Amino acid sequence: MEINRTIALRHIRNWFGLLAFIATVMPNTAWASENKPIDSGATAWMLTSTALVLLMVPGLAMFYGGLVRTKNVIGTMMHSFAAMGIMSVLWIICGYAMCFGPNVFGGWLGWNTEYLFLKGIDQTILDAGVPEYVFAMFQGKFAIITPALIAGAFAERVTFKGYCIFIALWGLLVYNPLCHWVWAPDGFLFNMGAAGAIDFAGGTVVHISAGISGLVAALFIGARRGFPKTAMLPNNLVMTMMGAGLLWVGWFGFNAGSSIASGLSTAQALTATQAAAASGALAWMIIESWHQGKATALGFASGILAGLVAVTPAAGVVQPAGALLLGAFASGFCYLAINIKNRLGYDDSLDVFGIHGVGGIVGAILLSFFIRDGWMADAAKAAGGSWSVWQQLSVQAVAVLLAIGYAASVTFVLVFLIHKLFGFRNDTQSEMAGLDHSFHGERGYGMLNAG
Amino acid sequence: MKLITAIIREDMLDQVREALIQAEITRITVSRVSGHGRQVEERIHRGEKIVPDLIPKVRLEIAVNDSFVDITCNAILESAGKNGNGESYIGSGKIFVTPLEECIRIRTKERGSAAI
Repeated sequence: MEINRTIALRHIRNWFGLLAFIATVMPNTAWASENKPIDSGATAWMLTSTALVLLMVPGLAMFYGGLVRTKNVIGTMMHSFAAMGIMSVLWIICGYAMCFGPNVFGGWLGWNTEYLFLKGIDQTILDAGVPEYVFAMFQGKFAIITPALIAGAFAERVTFKGYCIFIALWGLLVYNPLCHWVWAPDGFLFNMGAAGAIDFAGGTVVHISAGISGLVAALFIGARRGFPKTAMLPNNLVMTMMGAGLLWVGWFGFNAGSSIASGLSTAQALTATQAAAASGALAWMIIESWHQGKATALGFASGILAGLVAVTPAAGVVQPAGALLLGAFASGFCYLAINIKNRLGYDDSLDVFGIHGVGGIVGAILLSFFIRDGWMADAAKAAGGSWSVWQQLSVQAVAVLLAIGYAASVTFVLVFLIHKLFGFRNDTQSEMAGLDHSFHGERGYGMLNAG
Repeated sequence: MKLITAIIREDMLDQVREALIQAEITRITVSRVSGHGRQVEERIHRGEKIVPDLIPKVRLEIAVNDSFVDITCNAILESAGKNGNGESYIGSGKIFVTPLEECIRIRTKERGSAAI
């Protein structure tokens, strides 16, 4: 995130320097102190952003909830809501310490005992003039939505218990390390190349990791009963559209909030976000109209998401024209990916990989070609002379491949163990009866003639 | 001609449809209904168990010529009776077979067996 970038000590490039760095700053954090004045403008916007990112979670619940069959609507929405409970509690207990503490285990994770239960940040104001509580809560929202995104890949066919255990462990073992690598001031991806791997608001941390983990989990637990022969149609596209709208609105907090400021960088991110979402939606609509003859509402919503996902890593560095192109490219690639998926016949039910995985990869890689000149000039200065698009591209590619490799392998181990120990995939009976009845004892719509 | 009306569990619909299609019975009408039989289905509401008076079911209506009555009934009987674990339990529903006086295809105005 931008603030980290401005204050991180750029000369620390090697292990020994890092050790010295940690020794000098412990137990205080590298970039916060207790006597800074509060910047009320920045704080107000960060408070708003924190709420906006949380709004994305019920938005996601509605988006996913509308897409499944009637018997699974409550179970699917509960996947998102349960994440708000589980991930928030874990974040306060130890998540923030694992993400934003100084490197331990050779940089695999961060750790700062002071951050346990957030007790060490009670009085802290960041250099950006924002109370550290606000930053911690803002970051915590990302830890909620990321595992909630994965749920779409194995929708309609997992036990609630298995799901809860999965997201708790996934948050601790996949999200927290990735978050530390990319966003902590001493994370190794944050410091890779001239000015770090660019991941403004979570292309690798959130979308690529969720997408690839969803793919691995969906492949491991197998397709839904009757897939693909039985048509499994959305129970409520109206709700899905409202969810997509809430996601778009919430994304302004997600991206523009990731500037940890209320200023120029915020405005740049906000504009890029709007540009990419709109062009993504439009591109999907045009592609689908040309390919299928009709412009579907779900297609439009998918285009919004593809554009937003692609601009997530890029929002801090691309200008509006680049954001328009990124959104359009993302929709094209995601549309293609979903078509290929349908031919391959695996059951990524709500296309988590097709949209978040592919869109995230497209955004994180292609952004290299649209970086504003000022950023490249700074990077060249930091690199001591020159820094080319291709050098940045290789940094981006390494970050993407690491995120894919790490998230895929740990997720595979997790789903394997959880399925063996607790049962992740539900049995045929509970799958036929639906998640709502089997795991929650409720029905989504009315008690009588519900559709 | 007979009208076969079957009341089945909601979650058996996919299976019953598959069985009927296998038996080449493809012209059916499906509606969501609720009713009351011997089954008791508990739900949970704010920590309390609640037993609704009426339980949602699915009703199939299939008009057939006499020679297809047994085929249709057998397809439903074999597919709608057991849950995913192969057990049979209360609430699987009923099949009613009633005589059908007339059948008219609206588009062609055909009448009788030919219209079914």
